[in-house]
Amino acid sequence: MKEIINLPVSKIEEEEYHINMGPQHPSTHGVLRLLVSLQGEIVKSLKPHCGYIHRGIEKMCEKDTYPQVIHLTDRMDYLSAHINNHAVCLLVEKALEIEVPERVKYIRTIMDELTRIQSHQLWWSSFGMDLGGLTCFFYGLRDREMILDIWEETTGSRFLQSYNCPGGVMQDIHPNFQKKVHAFIKTFKKKIKDYDRILSGNVIFENRSQGVGILSKEDAISYGVTGPSGRGSGWSCDIRKIEPYSMYGQVHFNEVLRYECDTYSRYMVRMQEMHESMNIIEQLIDNIPAGDHSAKMKAVIKLPAGEYFQRVESARGELDVYVVSDGNKTPYRMKFRTPSFTNLGVLDHISRGMKIADLVAIGASLDLVIPDIDR
Amino acid sequence: MTFNIYDFTSFNRWIDEGLNSIMSPTWALITEMAIIGIVFLLFYAIVGLFLVYAERKVCAFMQNRVGPNRVGPYGIFQTIADFIKLLMKELVYIKDSDKLLFNIAPFIVIIASFMALSAVPFAKGLHAIDFDIGILYVIAVSSLGVVGILLAGWSSNNKYSLIGAMRSGAQIVSYELSVGLSLLTIIVLAGTMQFSEIVEMQRNGWFIFKGHIPAIIAFIVFLIASTAETNRGPFDLAEAESELTAGFHTEYSGIKFAFFFLAEYMNMFLVASIAATVFWGGWMPFHVSGWAGFNTIMDYIPPLVWYFGKTAFIIWLMMLFKWTFPRLRIDQLLTLEWKYLLPINLVNILFMAFLVLMHWHF
Repeated sequence: MKEIINLPVSKIEEEEYHINMGPQHPSTHGVLRLLVSLQGEIVKSLKPHCGYIHRGIEKMCEKDTYPQVIHLTDRMDYLSAHINNHAVCLLVEKALEIEVPERVKYIRTIMDELTRIQSHQLWWSSFGMDLGGLTCFFYGLRDREMILDIWEETTGSRFLQSYNCPGGVMQDIHPNFQKKVHAFIKTFKKKIKDYDRILSGNVIFENRSQGVGILSKEDAISYGVTGPSGRGSGWSCDIRKIEPYSMYGQVHFNEVLRYECDTYSRYMVRMQEMHESMNIIEQLIDNIPAGDHSAKMKAVIKLPAGEYFQRVESARGELDVYVVSDGNKTPYRMKFRTPSFTNLGVLDHISRGMKIADLVAIGASLDLVIPDIDR
Repeated sequence: MTFNIYDFTSFNRWIDEGLNSIMSPTWALITEMAIIGIVFLLFYAIVGLFLVYAERKVCAFMQNRVGPNRVGPYGIFQTIADFIKLLMKELVYIKDSDKLLFNIAPFIVIIASFMALSAVPFAKGLHAIDFDIGILYVIAVSSLGVVGILLAGWSSNNKYSLIGAMRSGAQIVSYELSVGLSLLTIIVLAGTMQFSEIVEMQRNGWFIFKGHIPAIIAFIVFLIASTAETNRGPFDLAEAESELTAGFHTEYSGIKFAFFFLAEYMNMFLVASIAATVFWGGWMPFHVSGWAGFNTIMDYIPPLVWYFGKTAFIIWLMMLFKWTFPRLRIDQLLTLEWKYLLPINLVNILFMAFLVLMHWHF
């Protein structure tokens, strides 16, 4: 205390103190630890410390066969579990040069978009909660429940479905599937207006998010911030458009881009994406062709020796899978480029000079999923 | 003795005379104080528990949930069960915390709200003390609570708590101005600071109708400022759980946490009852001058019902705010006060003074 009093004024102003946000903190939504340097309430810098939920998934993959690997990918980004599965399946099919039935492509695409919607719903819920609007949380979870019910019927699981398998999907869709998806879209189109009413148009929310956490397009590209966060900075980085897979080449949808580069713009991109996802589902749901739900696969899947790479657009951004195979039934080396990890990298850059409350809003707008960072 | 639910004056006099006849005046006074203390303590606990229950139900209603429904019919004993749980929990002491201040802080918070409650008139003749400077007293005493919050944040040896306490200090000191000035607007109209007289003056119409435009502005400002003063959402920056875990009461456990929790709800009750008394006529029934029949029917509704009805309505409004709006940021909070509410308030007082001078009020 005495030393501080004797310091010259300019020195006192430079005094920083550190707080640990996390690993147990309500706004990190998991075990992420941010070592934040503060001056008063202003964030001077922050250092993310990862690894609290590191499970070594990439290493575990080296011991597992390809169908087993799919179950591990569920556990990376648990909110876009289906899309993670999809990436590995696409890679295996590409390596084995298998053409999957049309029906499978339709089902996978619909499931992908349902995954995206429920992920954005949960993101919206927690975004509202991080900003102090606790009611949002329940609105989002209430509507998400409908998608989970659809999944439960078809895949047998509500959260980590592991529904994709190399060559197709585990089992055919439930007879109620189309009816329920229609019901969901009809309901959600009404409910999403409530979302806008309670959060998007709220003056407090707009003040909290507009002009906060500016991420320029150049920075987004150089930091590799993909997904809705990158598109909020006006960077066209949607893998569904760049390298269409499954049915994305055939359906019509817009890549949502916004150019304000702030938290609000990242927020609005995700809100718009939910509309686009519903649009995609509506184009596909009535036209699912008849056929088999899986291609004929060998009992033991062995990838020919070589290197393989597949990109998909997960709910959070670009998910890349890279496999080096030595011709065995297990991969020699497997690497995932997960969107949350790269998006986390930009957090320090865009939250400097902001308040603690802004840091929470920025963190929420990047939509980080912690197991996806650590793997 | 005539016990009358419309007027408690004779009932009070009966108790006073009864006590004075059996003991010396000094002891009678002490006994009266003890009785009032016990009654207020019970009232405090009951209202606190009820408000916690009400908040959970309102919040559940807003969020498409059922709310507490297991302990007792409609879950009405849930808060009592929670309270017993808190009573039995261990009091965790924090290493390197300032023990004395850490222990004192919850008491300061609770005493401040407890003292302020004593000036509130619940019905005719039903108030502990009828100060002639009642409003000034309430403003002065209720702002003592911030000392407790600052001490709690300071002594916890936790940076989150400290940030919460700093925020709370800045917030309450700022919004105290708006609360005071909006009440001052009504004092200009009423010409008195005594609660009983303020209520009596609203016999022919509540001040919110009598003072029309400036009174309505003052009421809205008071509602915003008092929500901020009680540290409730959307102004709950001091305990912003998504940023500061729980702010100033992060390190408190057991009954000490319960004190903070109870004080928050009692402060809410207090500001709601001040708003009800000053703007909405307190226990005074709804009267329209000239409608004798209507006024007589309204008079049959007991004052306590009027009082609690109005207070409950304002509390309900405050709960709706909390469960609808996201939280403000600290600089936006201070901007709202210093750049918007305070100038509006100052102009409003002038407007009201002009109105009173010109006799343009009803």
